[in-house]
Amino acid sequence: MKTFVYIDHFNGEVQPASWEALGLAKSFGSAVALVFGPKAGDVAKTALEFGADEVLVADDASLKDYRAETYASTLSALASSQNPGLILFPTTARTREMAAMSAMDLNTGVLTDVSGLEANGDSFVATRPIYEGKLLEKTVCSGRPVMVTIRGRAFPKPNREASKSGSITKVEAKGEGKSSVEGYSASESAVNLGDAGIIVSGGRGVSNNPSLTPPAGMDEKQAEIWRAQQGFALVTELAQLLGGAVGASRAAVDGGYIPYSHQVGQTGKVVSPDLYIACGISGAIQHLVGMRNAKVIVAINKDADAPIFKAARYGVVGDLFQVVPALTEALKKKLGK
Amino acid sequence: MKIIACIKQVPDSEAKVKAEGGQVSWGDAPLVINPFDEYAVEGALQQKEAISGSTVTALCVGPESAKEALKHALAMGADEAILVSDAALENLDTAGAARILAAAIQKAGADMIIFGRQTLDNGAGLTPAQTARVLGWPMLGLAGSIKVNGGSVQVERVIEEGRQSVKANLPAVLSVVQSIGEPRYPSFMGIRKASKAAIPVWSLSDIGASAPAPIITRSELTNPPSRETAVEMITGDSPAEIAEKLAGKILAEKVL
Ligand SMILES: Cc1cc2nc3c(=O)[nH]c(=O)nc-3n(C[C@H](O)[C@H](O)[C@H](O)COP(=O)(O)OP(=O)(O)OC[C@H]3O[C@@H](n4cnc5c(N)ncnc54)[C@H](O)[C@@H]3O)c2cc1C
Ligand SMILES: Nc1ncnc2c1ncn2[C@@H]1O[C@H](COP(=O)(O)O)[C@@H](O)[C@H]1O
Repeated sequence: MKTFVYIDHFNGEVQPASWEALGLAKSFGSAVALVFGPKAGDVAKTALEFGADEVLVADDASLKDYRAETYASTLSALASSQNPGLILFPTTARTREMAAMSAMDLNTGVLTDVSGLEANGDSFVATRPIYEGKLLEKTVCSGRPVMVTIRGRAFPKPNREASKSGSITKVEAKGEGKSSVEGYSASESAVNLGDAGIIVSGGRGVSNNPSLTPPAGMDEKQAEIWRAQQGFALVTELAQLLGGAVGASRAAVDGGYIPYSHQVGQTGKVVSPDLYIACGISGAIQHLVGMRNAKVIVAINKDADAPIFKAARYGVVGDLFQVVPALTEALKKKLGK
Repeated sequence: MKIIACIKQVPDSEAKVKAEGGQVSWGDAPLVINPFDEYAVEGALQQKEAISGSTVTALCVGPESAKEALKHALAMGADEAILVSDAALENLDTAGAARILAAAIQKAGADMIIFGRQTLDNGAGLTPAQTARVLGWPMLGLAGSIKVNGGSVQVERVIEEGRQSVKANLPAVLSVVQSIGEPRYPSFMGIRKASKAAIPVWSLSDIGASAPAPIITRSELTNPPSRETAVEMITGDSPAEIAEKLAGKILAEKVL
């Protein structure tokens, strides 16, 4: 069976779960990678190295900026002419939209954020977490092609072999964009929590160090943010040592300590790293639903009764301003860094 | 400007949701407005305040009980609410919901539709773009801020790689994220107004639509395997000693 795999990228930077989707596609048969937009040629070569049997590239001027309408129309046209049984995507801001639209064009359905996928004859059964991960459902799609966006880190990443090659074919863009992109700013710290293997997160507790004296002339709110930045510096140092990403609770985001893109939880990102270290986070249900699938959870909190300890594998009751830097030091030594 | 905020009713996120006999059960936990859709209502109210003569309509496809969620939107400050309800609409997937919402939007008329990012229950995050596709209107997804200027709207779109400013002509479909601003609390006056409001219910024939057959169906529902995480508390006489022990435990987990 032929599967399309949509390789999602931004100016050549590929969302890593695209490769996981490619690996999954290969387990069902042949995989045709689709790459749209600028720098598609470079991405196409990498797709072959990750195991694509063939790559279709569309990089017309109309696809220069991602617009859901043109990307969806281009995908729909390719699917209509080549009849794949399955289209796989990484779950990202862009793919949710383009898959949604393309499914309407093709009169089929999309299964989003899928963590398991099995072939069943010429059909597929997808496992996906619902109700914020409180339940798991198996779902089927009666339309063709079956469209599936996969959850990051749920499927193994295939090996990359520089020697692999294959055909790269140029295809035409379709459809008309209905919006224009006027500008872009990289977030102060672009983070991709969904793909991170290690996340160190800070909560409201990162601002709670009375012994720090903020520079003169700050009002109370500025002083709080200043303190929080000292706390997040410790969190960031630990994250960097471990090659991980920095996460945050909503209280930290709302407090203005760190941008929204770092937020883990119900209204932020759902993450599933191998290691999650929560510093000064109480463990409200809305935070827990975002991180409780981490393999190992470590909680550092002053309050022995904080609910975060119920979700954790290891807990430390203590002041994060002392424990976090000490942990960074201890790990530095043990890792020989 | 006429703005429609699309909202759904879901079990409260504090609810202990369980699978029982293949069905979802949330005990006697209350049903509430989908938290993401509170941001949609908030975004709509901000635009109403910014552009004089604007109105906000809250729109929901759901059972009769979903009127409570619409009342929450009214209490926050929406001008009117519409419930689309029909016995034939029990098993909607997102594509079906989009078709029904699009038909209701055509009937009501609107310049701007604002959606939440996704629902808490199904969590698909597909309905906004699917509705835009049916309407043939531009889709401005994941807006962290909205600015209307004459016949066009510009949003700051929050994506994995940062923020993009994207512009389109009205009418347009938007979805919003948390950066739009904390949803306002219902005022005392708002709650009183909402409790007295008569919410019109449109049936399928009112909107000239037929019940879409679901393309996505559930074949099994289970509780996730419970994880036996007995927490191990790490203690010691000094932060350094605790850190030393904890570092050893972390390394032994082989996750680094
Ligand atoms: C609809 C809705 C959606 C939400 N979505 C999210 C979401 O996506 N993500 C999210 O995180 N929250 C979300 N929340 C908010 C959530 O309910 C909590 O309010 C939030 O998670 C609390 O953040 P926190 O743990 O950092 O702060 P707090 O609850 O204030 O906890 C701070 C913790 O830090 C500890 N502490 C203080 N000082 C120190 C110190 N020096 N050293 C060590 N520990 C210290 C305290 O003991 C305390 O446990 C949502 C809420 C609602 C209603
Ligand atoms: N039945 C419904 N009635 C009104 N709006 C809905 C309905 N279902 C979904 N929506 C809207 O579509 C968004 C995304 O829903 P979903 O695609 O189910 O995750 C929600 O946040 C709502 O704004």
